[in-house]
Amino acid sequence: MLSVSNLHAEVDGKAILKGLSLDVPAGEVHAIMGPNGAGKSTLSYVLTGRSGYDVTDGGATLDGEDLLALAPNERAAKGVFLSFQYPLEIPGVPALTFIRTALNAQRKARGEAEITAPAFLKLARTKAAELKIDFDMLKRALNVGFSGGEKKRMEIFQMAMLSPRFLILDETDSGLDIDALRIVADGVNALRSPERAMLIITHYQRLLDYIKPDRVHVLAGGRIVASGGPDLALELEREGYDKYARAA
Amino acid sequence: MSVAAAIKSRDAATLPGKRDEDWRWTDLRGLIRAVPEPSAPVTGDLGAGPFDALADEVIVVGNGVGAAHIDVLPGQTLAVALRIVSRGDGAHAARVSVSVEAGGSLILFESYEGEGAYLSQTGLIFNVGGGATVERIVLAADSADGVTVSQAEIDLAPNAAYAQTTLTSGARRQRLQTTVNHPGGHAALRLDGVYLLADKRHADLTTVVTHGGVDGVTTQLTKGVVRDQARGVFQGKIIVAEGADQTDARMGHHALVLSDRAEVDAKPELEIYADDVACAHGNTVGALDGDALFYARQRGIPELEARAMLTEAFIGQVVDRMEHEGARHVIRAWATERLRG
Repeated sequence: MLSVSNLHAEVDGKAILKGLSLDVPAGEVHAIMGPNGAGKSTLSYVLTGRSGYDVTDGGATLDGEDLLALAPNERAAKGVFLSFQYPLEIPGVPALTFIRTALNAQRKARGEAEITAPAFLKLARTKAAELKIDFDMLKRALNVGFSGGEKKRMEIFQMAMLSPRFLILDETDSGLDIDALRIVADGVNALRSPERAMLIITHYQRLLDYIKPDRVHVLAGGRIVASGGPDLALELEREGYDKYARAA
Repeated sequence: MSVAAAIKSRDAATLPGKRDEDWRWTDLRGLIRAVPEPSAPVTGDLGAGPFDALADEVIVVGNGVGAAHIDVLPGQTLAVALRIVSRGDGAHAARVSVSVEAGGSLILFESYEGEGAYLSQTGLIFNVGGGATVERIVLAADSADGVTVSQAEIDLAPNAAYAQTTLTSGARRQRLQTTVNHPGGHAALRLDGVYLLADKRHADLTTVVTHGGVDGVTTQLTKGVVRDQARGVFQGKIIVAEGADQTDARMGHHALVLSDRAEVDAKPELEIYADDVACAHGNTVGALDGDALFYARQRGIPELEARAMLTEAFIGQVVDRMEHEGARHVIRAWATERLRG
């Protein structure tokens, strides 16, 4: 599914990713853990095409297709979804309007017909109920005045509505209390399937108690410096990132 | 010197210009070397106006001809479409008086419809009685070569409610000015505006509100989008006279500048001579939020559509404050055409 090789990227002329290689096969959930400043968010932005993040070497493919050559919206239509660490507020655009516009734009890009209004509303009601989101909240401007936890839940709601194939969750657990964390994790786990893959970026091990990864990678100094099974996350929680930060 | 008098006397030297503090960003004197010949009467079929379907009555003022009086009797409710039509390359001025008596209710749809390189001035006087309500919606669709000045003076009685939304796509040079005498006494005033400017168009929204008595409310929200080499001007002044305590006045002006050569000049002013008041103003001028744009694109929305969606939403916050639902539909369609066309 996702294959990243020798990726180098810089922000404002400063090298952040320095030869990052990573393979996430379909059906698997991989976690990326690392100290602050290791390049975790940079990786998520490079994969989704945010401007200001310049790739200087290496590459990334999704199912063999060059991901980095595509515009951000084209990557989304291919099924790449980023759950933002800090979701943006969109004043004046109701959440439902925003999501329906996004869904139809993706479908159009894939050559599919637009979803009908009744089908869309039915889907939204079902997914909102699953994520315990008050349907009236979806009529309000997206994320405007929402709490940190509500914004994160809204990210997972969008994810459920757009049904992406490759999911990147950037610090999705931050700002969530334990009940909200469980709801969000249930939402993410519901999307696990043999056709999908996920990359979970997190500083703390806590989220991985709820979303069990197949592989755990340590990102330090702009590279993957260690990889292992789920036990690696527990070891990091116990021993910290020091030895990896030094190794980087 | 007034614009109307300059047109009448055909003396271009008496037009207001950059030496006049209130006109320094809308210089007519420097633009117009000679006042054009008086306009000929408008002939032929004008077609439908933008609000005809929403009005009980349609009044047309063509090239300054057809002095208009609108009278709303006590307890009467009326919806009037006032079409200020300019055709050709001449100069003309018109006067309109509006009287809404105590307890009456008026919805005024005022449209400026221009074709040609005209010089047009319209002076409007509103008298709004106690407990009367007015919603005035001004849609200025001038030509790119036209020069338009609209000057409205509004006198409110205590307990009157007056709401205005002025929407414009600009002209070669255009000034849409509103002056309000606010008596306090629980009278409520809303003065909103939208300017959507492209090419080399210019629009100037100027408002002066004088609070003369206790317990008055004013709320103002103006938003603008300028692109290409367009220029938007916002001058908003609120004066709270001595003794006009418990005045609550809020003014906001926010503009998006979508090209390097576009320009917005803003001058929000509060002059407060009373002690116990709540007054505030906010003013921002900037580009579209790049983070929000990326967020929308990450969800699959192509860049042009994302820009249009965010810009429409920016303007929509003013349109949503309009009370007349039918007018909101007309205005949303107008804005969509301006922003996506």
